[in-house]
Amino acid sequence: MRKINLFVSISAIATMGFLYLPLMAVAFFSVNDTKYGLVWKGFTLDWYLKLFQNEFILHAAWNTLVLAIVSTLVSTILGTILAIGMDRFPWPGKMNTTLDLILHLPVIIPDIIFAAAMVVAFGFLRALSSAFEPGLVNMIIAHITFQTAFVALVVRSRLISIGKDVEEAARDLYADTTYLLLKITLPLLMPGIVAGAMLAFTLSLDDFVISFFTAGPDSVTLPLYIYAAVRRVVTPQIHALSTLILLVTIIMVILMERFTRKVNIK
Amino acid sequence: MSKLMIWYGELITQKKLIKRGLFFLTPGMLWLILFLVLPGLILILVSFASRGSYGELVWEFSLDNYKRLIGFGIFGWTPDYIYILWRSIWVAIVTTALSVFLSYPLCFFIARKPERTRYLWLTIVIIPFWTNMVIRTYAWFLILAPDMPLAKLAAFFKLITPGMPLYPSAFAVYLGMISMFLPFVALPLFSSVERLDWTLVEAAQDLYASNFRIFMHAILPQTLPGLSVGIILTLVPAMGMFVVPDLLGGAKYMLVGNLIQQQFGASRDWAFGAAISMGLMVLTMFSLYLYKRRNKDIDLI
Repeated sequence: MRKINLFVSISAIATMGFLYLPLMAVAFFSVNDTKYGLVWKGFTLDWYLKLFQNEFILHAAWNTLVLAIVSTLVSTILGTILAIGMDRFPWPGKMNTTLDLILHLPVIIPDIIFAAAMVVAFGFLRALSSAFEPGLVNMIIAHITFQTAFVALVVRSRLISIGKDVEEAARDLYADTTYLLLKITLPLLMPGIVAGAMLAFTLSLDDFVISFFTAGPDSVTLPLYIYAAVRRVVTPQIHALSTLILLVTIIMVILMERFTRKVNIK
Repeated sequence: MSKLMIWYGELITQKKLIKRGLFFLTPGMLWLILFLVLPGLILILVSFASRGSYGELVWEFSLDNYKRLIGFGIFGWTPDYIYILWRSIWVAIVTTALSVFLSYPLCFFIARKPERTRYLWLTIVIIPFWTNMVIRTYAWFLILAPDMPLAKLAAFFKLITPGMPLYPSAFAVYLGMISMFLPFVALPLFSSVERLDWTLVEAAQDLYASNFRIFMHAILPQTLPGLSVGIILTLVPAMGMFVVPDLLGGAKYMLVGNLIQQQFGASRDWAFGAAISMGLMVLTMFSLYLYKRRNKDIDLI
């Protein structure tokens, strides 16, 4: 049965259109030469050029990058060590279940509940130190928290799939623990770590809800900026910004796909 | 206790091994306990506290927030909050059902593509999945704007006043929700459809089964693993969704996510916000329980 129903094809194409139509509209109107209304007035790149003169947007882009890079670095390290700690040691069954549950919490809890918990927790921490005022520090901490769980899950599945054979062989050849870790386990694990880090980075760039709850007036990120802007009025400049973010997303998805496929083939 | 054992080819005492294991476990777990488990427990505690007159927390424990959530306010019983909770469940269920309905043809279509181009098609579905949700939501503003065909059509049939956009409305919320969550269903479903044994479908066709029966008996059972992951990945976040109803529904179509946000934002009533979060948590746990009862192996990544 090599041919498929015409109805199936039409429905599939229409569904993809449904997913992309709004996005294409954004891209289309980002090069439209009029400030108001949705009538085509000619091609322009003005809105893109104006983006780079808008201090608020540049600041938001900077915040987004700092947040994503710092949180990804910390969570990749924490998550990798945690995954090794969970998988490579003979923990009793009960403890394993508990650890596993904690690791899955950020996956199963709706992010708005996690965000609410963060607000309350930082409210208490603020009483101890003024470093926990709403702002970039809080956002970084919150992002590290959910990213660590995701990185650990990805790295752990890689640990399970590489098995114990190579490590046993290394021990038989008198490798000590440090050597084993640095020369055997980590290199074997690298694809998993990179995949986990890429996932963490994208999750951070993509996050709106958790940032929205923990951000301060000076730590606006790009999604927060767009949200605040479209609540007032939608401008072509916002379309241009969104289109750029969309392009970055497309590039990242393609890179991620390429990478994971290459790893799977190996 | 300290017995000798061989672990990954190493001769080591159990005590030493556990000590080393804790060394690896501690940093990550400490972080997660400090910033995930503990805040969660505090949130539960706060849900029993009450709000002071300046929006501060007052540590007088009572069930008042929960009573308020199920409708018992100072002015007698009103179903407002229960209605919002129910609406959130309803929107999540409809979103999931329609996403499933649209995902099957999409997955069949991609799965039947030759291997060379199949992943290209799949990437087309993955890209919206990773696109920022604020952008994907406000993008509907353009499609639903007064100048666009959809709003003109609605105005022609006197469904809206001419010159008005189609948002905020329940219709806009559903559009936004489905376009948001469709990839969440389609991607796990595809992993099952890709491995589908089409000989069973052919056998059913040879025996003159109707299309409906082919689907129910030859396709559905085979794709159930991917489908159920897709359903749970949609149902749970859809119930707590806050951006879509906020931008596309406004005050006209509030969901529980907006209600929570309101308590932590404008109303500054953390205790009540915490109680609503617990309500949402119960709904989440209930759907996960239903899921787990069917599928013993939970694997959400």
